[in-house]
Amino acid sequence: MVAVKNGMKRVVIEPVTRVEGHGKVTILLDENNKIHQTRLHIVEFRGFERFIQGRPYWEVPVLVQRLCGICPVSHHLAAAKAMDLIVGVDKLTPTAEKMRRLMHYGQTLQSHALHFFHLCSPDLLFGFDADVAIRNVIGVAAKHPDLAVQGVMMRKYGQEIIKATAGKKIHGTGAIPGGINKNLSIEERDFFLKDLDQMIEWARGALKIAKDYTVENLEVAKEFANFPSSHVSLIREDGAMDLYHGGLRAIDADGKAIFDHVDYQKYHEYIAEEVRPWSYMKFPFIKSIGPEDGWYRVGPLARVNACDFIDTPEAEAARKEFMAVTDNKPNPLSLGYHWSRMIELLHSVEKIKELLGDKDLQGTDLVVRGERRGEAVGLIEAPRGTLFHHYKEDENDQVTMANLIV
Amino acid sequence: MSILDIDERILKLVELIEFHKSPINDIKKFSERCAIGLIEGGCCNDENVHVLRDFRKNCDILISVGDCATMGGIPALRNNIPLQECLEEAYINGPTVYNPSGKIPDDEEVPLLLNKVYPCHEVVKIDYHLPGCPPPADTIWEALVALLTDKPVALPYELIKYD
Repeated sequence: MVAVKNGMKRVVIEPVTRVEGHGKVTILLDENNKIHQTRLHIVEFRGFERFIQGRPYWEVPVLVQRLCGICPVSHHLAAAKAMDLIVGVDKLTPTAEKMRRLMHYGQTLQSHALHFFHLCSPDLLFGFDADVAIRNVIGVAAKHPDLAVQGVMMRKYGQEIIKATAGKKIHGTGAIPGGINKNLSIEERDFFLKDLDQMIEWARGALKIAKDYTVENLEVAKEFANFPSSHVSLIREDGAMDLYHGGLRAIDADGKAIFDHVDYQKYHEYIAEEVRPWSYMKFPFIKSIGPEDGWYRVGPLARVNACDFIDTPEAEAARKEFMAVTDNKPNPLSLGYHWSRMIELLHSVEKIKELLGDKDLQGTDLVVRGERRGEAVGLIEAPRGTLFHHYKEDENDQVTMANLIV
Repeated sequence: MSILDIDERILKLVELIEFHKSPINDIKKFSERCAIGLIEGGCCNDENVHVLRDFRKNCDILISVGDCATMGGIPALRNNIPLQECLEEAYINGPTVYNPSGKIPDDEEVPLLLNKVYPCHEVVKIDYHLPGCPPPADTIWEALVALLTDKPVALPYELIKYD
């Protein structure tokens, strides 16, 4: 749609489709058809920060996961991690922590499969300018039925893992303050072991598609949304990628640390969010750099760029290949997201394999309790980036403050 | 999103139907009449109302899918609180907010928020309601299959029970 605004031509893309969430893009062109301004407007406002005030803390992990339909598990777990601290628990039982991790890797698998196969693959397989009638997952199913089946079945496997750990495929209840409400039965474990090798093989295949696409179209990738940036991610103590827990790391465009291994209870000393009038989404930035230049990338690309290594062999080999493209400097190509996302997809399946072989999942020690606290922060690496959940509770167990950078 | 949990049955479904305007393809506007419209989410801003009316105009049968569409759901928790308070909490009072101008987003490019969150049937006529947060994939599947095969939508208890 083209109209005139402030003497300039206004092009609008509305709604933005094949993405998670709701948005629109506006582009203003001057009289020479030069782009004057481009904006992504996030058009939804819901007000969770205010309306969960007064709710009891144990409701929060179940309630706030309704922030998202694709990655509810991330919000469920980020809130549960904060509520662990609220009930005075610094360390979960091995069974609880591993069940939650299994839930999280199941989710990363399903979300990454959905993102790659259902949403993005039409662009990669048919081209950005392909006919709208075929540029979608149904078009992929018609032209590449095997691939479509793989995408659907990998997503299903991840969703089944979520169901087995959280009780339900979308908006489950598994994580509770201080632990988890079930373990994984032998039958459930065996159900997942049955198809595991198939998942690993398909994940390898998906990684290959994403890698080959990027390498073959490197010139396009360098022209398309190639820009340097800072990157933010949680990181394990030894520098490994860890999607569930760690300290905060930020690196600049050259890979140098801006801050590292930050205890995220102090996140507000490092990160702030700017309000701009034209979007309901706020704009997070690294405080030491400032609102103008402090913005940063998150998600698969940022995590692969920021970590020192990945602790599963196949994903680590893939990470080395990925980093070699940019001589081990942070990769600035937005199209590199696909490749890095599929590295994480394979990593998630490898992690699921590791966990399914762990007898702790059949443990019965599920919940611990400590001394009640009034305030806590929970962070997690959601499929598309770092989530910050910060809550205060009063002596009646009711939420009095919630801050969500999500 | 729950509809995708019909998993491989989606490949069967597309043999029977054609997706028109939807989040999984890039069709942005109705260009032909549709037999069935699925609506998820309630109405929290003027744009939602516009889209919902557009669906009513272009679809023979309109289905509210999920608790947000059928009764406002979790977002309707804000209905007990003045909208201004919700906005101030998010854009002014939050501990990490940086907002030197003290303004709340009000650009003409962002939709105008409604005072309350409204379920779809308070805005247009809705033909069927599928409750749940989300409704299980089987519920959506059974309803679609019934409508596509001209049978009454009769869902067993297991498919419409709640958490």
